[in-house]
Amino acid sequence: MSDNFGFTETPASSGRELTYLEAIAEAIRLEMERDENVLVMGEDVGGGFGGAFKVTKGLAERFGDRRVLNTPIAELGFTGMASGMALMGLRPIIEMQFADFISTAFDSIVQFASTAHYRMDAAVPWVIRAPSDGGIRSGPFHSQNPEAWFVHTPGLKVVAPATPADAKGLLTAAIRDDNPVIYFEAKPLYRSLKSTVPAGEHVVPLGSAVIRRHGTDVTVISYGSMVHQVSAAAEAVEADGISTMVVDLRSLKPLDVETILEAAASTGKVVVTHAANRMAGVGAEIAALIAEEAFESLDGPIVRMGGADTPVPFSPPLEDAYRPDAAKIAGAIRELAAW
Amino acid sequence: MDEPTQIEMYAWMKLTRTFDEQMVAMWKQGRGLGGTFSGRGHEAISVGAGMALGPDDVVAPMHRDLGTYLVRGMRPERIFGNMLGKATGASRGRDANLHGVGDLDLGIIGFISHLPQSLPTTLGVAMAFKYRDEPRAAMTFVGDGGTTSGAFHETLNMAGLWQAPFVLVIENNQYAYSTPLDQQMHSPNFSERASVYGITTVTVDGNAVIDVFETCAEALERARMGGGPTVIEATTMRMLGHAIHDGAEYVPAGLLEEWERRDPVTNHRKHLLESDVASEATLDQLDATARERIAAAIADAEGAPMPDPDTLGDGVYA
Ligand SMILES: Cc1ncc(C[n+]2csc(CCOP(=O)(O)OP(=O)(O)O)c2C)c(N)n1
Ligand SMILES: [Mg+2]
Repeated sequence: MSDNFGFTETPASSGRELTYLEAIAEAIRLEMERDENVLVMGEDVGGGFGGAFKVTKGLAERFGDRRVLNTPIAELGFTGMASGMALMGLRPIIEMQFADFISTAFDSIVQFASTAHYRMDAAVPWVIRAPSDGGIRSGPFHSQNPEAWFVHTPGLKVVAPATPADAKGLLTAAIRDDNPVIYFEAKPLYRSLKSTVPAGEHVVPLGSAVIRRHGTDVTVISYGSMVHQVSAAAEAVEADGISTMVVDLRSLKPLDVETILEAAASTGKVVVTHAANRMAGVGAEIAALIAEEAFESLDGPIVRMGGADTPVPFSPPLEDAYRPDAAKIAGAIRELAAW
Repeated sequence: MDEPTQIEMYAWMKLTRTFDEQMVAMWKQGRGLGGTFSGRGHEAISVGAGMALGPDDVVAPMHRDLGTYLVRGMRPERIFGNMLGKATGASRGRDANLHGVGDLDLGIIGFISHLPQSLPTTLGVAMAFKYRDEPRAAMTFVGDGGTTSGAFHETLNMAGLWQAPFVLVIENNQYAYSTPLDQQMHSPNFSERASVYGITTVTVDGNAVIDVFETCAEALERARMGGGPTVIEATTMRMLGHAIHDGAEYVPAGLLEEWERRDPVTNHRKHLLESDVASEATLDQLDATARERIAAAIADAEGAPMPDPDTLGDGVYA
């Protein structure tokens, strides 16, 4: 796996380049400046330290401990606490140290926060930032992509940016949204990916997918770090004369159904891929949606590629076998193109 | 305490320290894989507690308890192999560093990543012993940080309620990652907290291996004999960063200097010499043995094969 995750986009020369991590940090800072109700909480986020990945570095100096709350190791407790703060009109941004640890807060997310508005008309406008994804030899408990649990939960919104610009724009939208939003940031991209990010206010609406590359033979739908593997695969198969359309979902809940169906219908051949395991993953939902709504436009079977149905293994040969990558995706594109 | 046991303590602590130092050096040289945790400063706790365990007891160590794994019989080759993702590692390439280094044949449940899930799991082991009326005890560890999670309190409540043969060692090393004690809890008196659950509580100098051993041995024996659970607060200091990447700039230098003077390995050596339990030559010989043992383990692990990718799906189900 290459260091830049196959990222091929050439940044516009006029723009300012930020890393994926810097773009997240900028969104937080700008929203904290704009709205006094926005605050940050999580393990080790405070003081001069700024979190396990240093995303919140400098925020405590700038905004004080009141708005940058260092929490004990108590995910269930402080996530529930964030819901209470949100009910009172605050907008907490919770940093899970790793997305893997979100399971300890599961109850308060999927039982209270996600249902509060439906049951009692009360908004719970928090954001959980969940550093997710693997491929960097972190083992089963620091590599997970648990988005499907939350996509399955009514009342939540779920996003997964693939680029620095979207990292900023989606986080800004998530903070301003009146619903609980789980924001999956791909930690392998933190420092490896740098590209143009609009300065000042930049909002990417939740629920809008984007076409990263236009093509006519095969459509590949993906999100998060896998988008870069898909882009690299699209480059690779172009040499064989296969033209690939690349769809970056950006938002997993709500889904941009219109863009997905149009992109699927325009080529008639679809691959859906993500790093999370394939079994009952987001790809299954996308494939079912296309099968139900665009069946007549299909010229081949919908192909799903995801992680294996195993825990995420640590050892490189096992993790490489576990994850989809550019080469495997290119193989799937070629096979489907020939169908 | 008899002299051979005191010397054995030194041997295990030295082996643990040597492993730790060699591991840190390897990672700094880029010969490691992923992240890893140093337990420097924790040797008296991990070795003292490990040596107090009986052959039929079960233990669930944490990420800084290398000594417990070693004393319990986990070969250093399997631990280094695990850290390097090798097929010969304890988890066969599945889990990282000291995570997942478990082996029920050795009475070890590998470190559980999600803090503090080792606690309820180990309580379950203790309850199984109680269920079968077996004279066995279950021991686990938690950091100061892990005590702030609900599962800590849930476990202690049940352990007290059912008077389980359960021993918990709280490794109070002043920090949870970058967060000092005073940002974790209002009053860090761990023994006081545990006592409200109907649990015997003891505080011990976590850098004094003989004290740790004796305290743990007494607690384990009480548990085996039906005397119920014990919480042992062992005070110490995390001497390096949280994990290998962490320079721990947030720890005041003075604090480290103070604890360096209380280094558990150096001080136990001094004790053995001053009380004439062992000669300089004997201890030097143990140092050399530790170096050779660890060098052999590293050579074995570095030379071992990676797992076959075709085995990816093996072992997901029993
Ligand atoms: C539920 C959960 N949240 C966060 C983490 C990440 N994490 C790993 S170790 C650690 C600090 C632990 O501190 P402490 O319990 O004092 O043990 P120490 O590392 O100091 O030995 C954190 C926050 C985790 N493992 N589990
Ligand atoms: Mg600690």
